[in-house]
Amino acid sequence: MKATDNEIELLQGLAKDDKKAVETIYKNNYNTIQALIINNNGTADDAKDVFQEAMIVLYQKVKTGSFELNCQIKTYLYSVCRRLWLKRLLQQNKILSSNHSHEDLVIVDDDLEEHEKRDTEFTMMEKAMNSLGEPCKSLLEAFYLQKRQMQDIASSFGYTNADNAKNQKYKCLMRLKKLFFTQYKTES
Amino acid sequence: MDDIKLLEAVELYISGQMSPDDRVYFEQLRKTNPEIDQLVVEHTFFLQQMNRFDETKAFKSLLNDTHTHLAETGAIASPTVKGKAKVIQLYNRYKRTAAIAASIAGITALTMSSLIWYMSPGKQQKNELEYLSGQLKDIKDQTIIQKQEINSIKQNIATPVINYTTGGTAFLINAKGLVVTNAHVIKDARNIVVQNNEGKDLKVKVIYNDIARDVAILKIEDTAFKAPTALPYAIKKTEPEVAETVYTLGFPRNDMVYGEGYMAAKTGFNGDTLTCQIAIAANPGNSGGPIFNRNGEVIGILSAKQVSAEGAVFATQSKYIHQAIAALQSDTGYKKVKLPTSSSIKSLDRTQQVKKISEFIYMVKVN
Repeated sequence: MKATDNEIELLQGLAKDDKKAVETIYKNNYNTIQALIINNNGTADDAKDVFQEAMIVLYQKVKTGSFELNCQIKTYLYSVCRRLWLKRLLQQNKILSSNHSHEDLVIVDDDLEEHEKRDTEFTMMEKAMNSLGEPCKSLLEAFYLQKRQMQDIASSFGYTNADNAKNQKYKCLMRLKKLFFTQYKTES
Repeated sequence: MDDIKLLEAVELYISGQMSPDDRVYFEQLRKTNPEIDQLVVEHTFFLQQMNRFDETKAFKSLLNDTHTHLAETGAIASPTVKGKAKVIQLYNRYKRTAAIAASIAGITALTMSSLIWYMSPGKQQKNELEYLSGQLKDIKDQTIIQKQEINSIKQNIATPVINYTTGGTAFLINAKGLVVTNAHVIKDARNIVVQNNEGKDLKVKVIYNDIARDVAILKIEDTAFKAPTALPYAIKKTEPEVAETVYTLGFPRNDMVYGEGYMAAKTGFNGDTLTCQIAIAANPGNSGGPIFNRNGEVIGILSAKQVSAEGAVFATQSKYIHQAIAALQSDTGYKKVKLPTSSSIKSLDRTQQVKKISEFIYMVKVN
């Protein structure tokens, strides 16, 4: 079954970080997933974790471009959550009960592989950022993420001029890149 | 210096802000110089990683907010919702039954009063009754006058102002108003209040005090206390890891002060196993303050510092809060006390975490 117009709208909203869309998708699907996890040796906290991870998988999928979802959002999220939970259970040497004749499932292997790669990259960047320390972290965030002007950054961080701030930014960036790429090279 | 200029050029090139002439020149340079080409590729990848990191972080935080919001409004079934929302659900469920019960009660009451009116003695006794009620009215008037007099006397005696002399920090450990602090903070206290972030004093009662572990639990018993639906942070049961970064919030002066440091050792002063050592800036008044890890989970209660060593601060491990609650539960009144076990601020950055936490940290004032 193809996604309906209404669902396409929701996915477009999700790609644009629209709060309302996120809330609607969350509201429509969370309870089913919680039931799945709780009926299979999990807690409500596990359900929250797994569901939010699945939301990130979906988010990444719509974010990378075309809104090609060849099934309903519900089916997709269910399939992803089921796989994620199955994996966690396997790690704990438990098995998923087999009465999951819950409508249709879709194959999500590729999406999950992609997600895993991104997740490790996310952790690497997080580690790198955290070990970078202040004020480097804030300086880089101000320049690259908040896209603030060098002049403005210089005055709010207390540098005497924009050139000094630029110098400092360069040093910080080199350190961050080194921290990130050392992990990246050892991982891959 | 050259490197800086080169990077600047690369960034302009990647973002497409380079002027057309420069662009042609730069592309030529890129073709002939493999090092520059490599730098462009690498930097594009890196910037992409950074953006994606920021995006994912923001999205994670949005998901958490959505979860809390939906759970609070009852739109999703989440067991973290307790208290108010549940009462409303129950009310909605039993609204119909309650309405029927109320009307039956009303009809019964009407029937009964009409029966009593019908059965009660006749008119001949009415005068006597009126006379009696007249007397009662006199007494009532007198009472009112006396009350007014007492009140005016009361107003003349000013309520004594309590001067609080010592203090510390405390933090909320459940939504029902239990706060935890150090036992030494409230030692020899005659009056104890906690002050919230609006500067309001709230009355508290000591319900548990363990001097050996230096843990005290107080209950806020004040009508001005607004119970939150849930706490944003968790209380950890397990031991913290050495080298974990930690932070604290406390009241060494009248405003809340933030401090940052790291876990230094799993044991405390002279190898004391009840506490752990933390390298953090702390001053008198920080006692009783929570120690958070980067996930926003409480790992300890800041309790003392070593005079002879710089920056050596000790904290009671958070598992002793769990033990204190277990001890409290054997006491009949507090059987249902539960500590928060999951942190909803895990993926937020430090500033956002502190913003969410700060309303649950109190200043303890003692005299």
